[in-house]
Amino acid sequence: MSAGEQRAAGSSAPPGSHGAAAIEANGLTRRFGDFTAVDAISFRVERGEVFGFLGANGAGKTTVIRMLTGLLSPSAGEARVAGHDVYGDTEAIRRSIGYMSQRFSLYEDLRVRENIQLYGGIYGLPNRTIRERGNRLLADLGLEHAADELVASIPLGWRQKLAFSVATLHEPEILFLDEPTGGVDPITRRQFWEMIYRAADGGTTLLVTTHYMDEAEYCDRISIMVDGHIRAMGTPRDLRAEYGVASVDELFLHLVRPTDPTTPADAGGGS
Amino acid sequence: MSAPAVDAEGLVKRFEEETALDGLTFSVEPEEIFGFIGPDGAGKTTLFRILTTLLLADEGSARVLDLDVARDFWALRARVGYMPGRFSLYPDLSVAENLAFFASVFGTSPAEQEDLIGPIYSQIEPFRDRRAGALSGGMKQKLALSCALVHRPEILFLDEPTTGVDAVSRREFWDLLGRLREQGLTIVVSTPYMDEASRCDRVALIQDGRLLGVDAPGAFGARYGHPLLAVSGSDRRHLPEILRSWEHALSAYPFGETVHLTDRRADLDPRRAAVQVQDYLAARGVPDAEVRPIEPGIEDVFIARMGSGGVEPPAGAAADPGAGEAS
Repeated sequence: MSAGEQRAAGSSAPPGSHGAAAIEANGLTRRFGDFTAVDAISFRVERGEVFGFLGANGAGKTTVIRMLTGLLSPSAGEARVAGHDVYGDTEAIRRSIGYMSQRFSLYEDLRVRENIQLYGGIYGLPNRTIRERGNRLLADLGLEHAADELVASIPLGWRQKLAFSVATLHEPEILFLDEPTGGVDPITRRQFWEMIYRAADGGTTLLVTTHYMDEAEYCDRISIMVDGHIRAMGTPRDLRAEYGVASVDELFLHLVRPTDPTTPADAGGGS
Repeated sequence: MSAPAVDAEGLVKRFEEETALDGLTFSVEPEEIFGFIGPDGAGKTTLFRILTTLLLADEGSARVLDLDVARDFWALRARVGYMPGRFSLYPDLSVAENLAFFASVFGTSPAEQEDLIGPIYSQIEPFRDRRAGALSGGMKQKLALSCALVHRPEILFLDEPTTGVDAVSRREFWDLLGRLREQGLTIVVSTPYMDEASRCDRVALIQDGRLLGVDAPGAFGARYGHPLLAVSGSDRRHLPEILRSWEHALSAYPFGETVHLTDRRADLDPRRAAVQVQDYLAARGVPDAEVRPIEPGIEDVFIARMGSGGVEPPAGAAADPGAGEAS
């Protein structure tokens, strides 16, 4: 789907709402005891889309991701990921998705190539495929020289890029990236987004969380979760226009702290 | 004239073959908010541990509140507050117990320090009986700050207090720091978020154990030395790539909804550069591009100095290695 088609689509109607979506949730709900962490949310992510999944800490993002990746059963509602039902087909879901986060990505005590072999094996790829894709991955990253280095010894920026590539080793239809760029230097952060775009150009669907509001602008569409609900969803451009704000950062503040004036609270006063 | 709150000279720290700090020299004035801005692995935590007397430097020296961090550590520990990057309170103690414990270590009580910690602690007091380990990230952060303040330190070291915290909570945390500074505290804080630079009086850009510059956040841009243009247009995904192949491009990086393009010609009028870029893009099939000269922000400066190994980019230098790696 081209960028043009996406801009043409309204903020409420996802682009090309025909055919099977990569992710489709209807009334998805999760309760923990009396607490409703996710309250009947509905959304659709199209194939090849870069979808920014934003929200304040504790808004319910992680709970949604855990449900969509088959790690947590919903309390109510329905969701399909890559066409598979989150209640019954969790094994099929796990084969169709890749997952990467800032906190858990690679085994630091293993060498670069050993990590590739390990994940390839976990994804059930034949050895020959692992070898071929592993070599291609290292060449694409310019990391051939580091294949036998311990992951702990390579610079952090490279580690994150490697983690991304390893998460795509089994060519998943959908990639979940949970704060993939946290703490990463500003050049690597941008190179990382170019990797995201390349994956999307190749047809992969990406759901990304981030606390960097400039990165929200790089997404085809974003949603903003507040207290278990999706409060806004659309292209960054449409949402800026709809709410009359200059940036997603401002929109975020407006939705998460509706009582605040749009300018930062300065109750302490003084200069 | 009063002594600097922090005075560091040539600090070096090595861990086995890795050099974590490679000769840091800087000073922090009393009652300023001084920010160390840089990515993970830049050396921020190592530096903070040295300044709070928890780690010895291999070379160089540092004085905090005019006391030597290596020799006068007993005297210093009572006068500095430290909030480590990793949550390091007792997860099995309640909110109130953690605060009482840290107060008692320093021979005081939360009640005696009410005027200082009250505004922060009151936000978590409704959860005073909850185990600290069961708090949300934002509440943990406020409890850790309360505990770091409970002995009324003169200087506060906050190591990445906002990492992993959402944009709104980060903003509120910085509002809190601004109020503490008004009460006379000196605050040394580190962060990987470049947009937080504007909340500091001065910032040090840090990468690979070296300082890439120290200045007021608004002062870096004036020394950027090259025209900087914000470019937007359709086909945003490929815009950086297209701009990088422009003959005068030094670098092109996405920045939110635009791409920031640095012109390698140092002495050029930015408006002229903008017109040329517009023409170039039209020729490359991007007719609707919008190009305007902008003032460089901290992140532009950081990227430029990273890419050129820490020195300001000389005119006519090769495109920076960061841009090369991506292709």
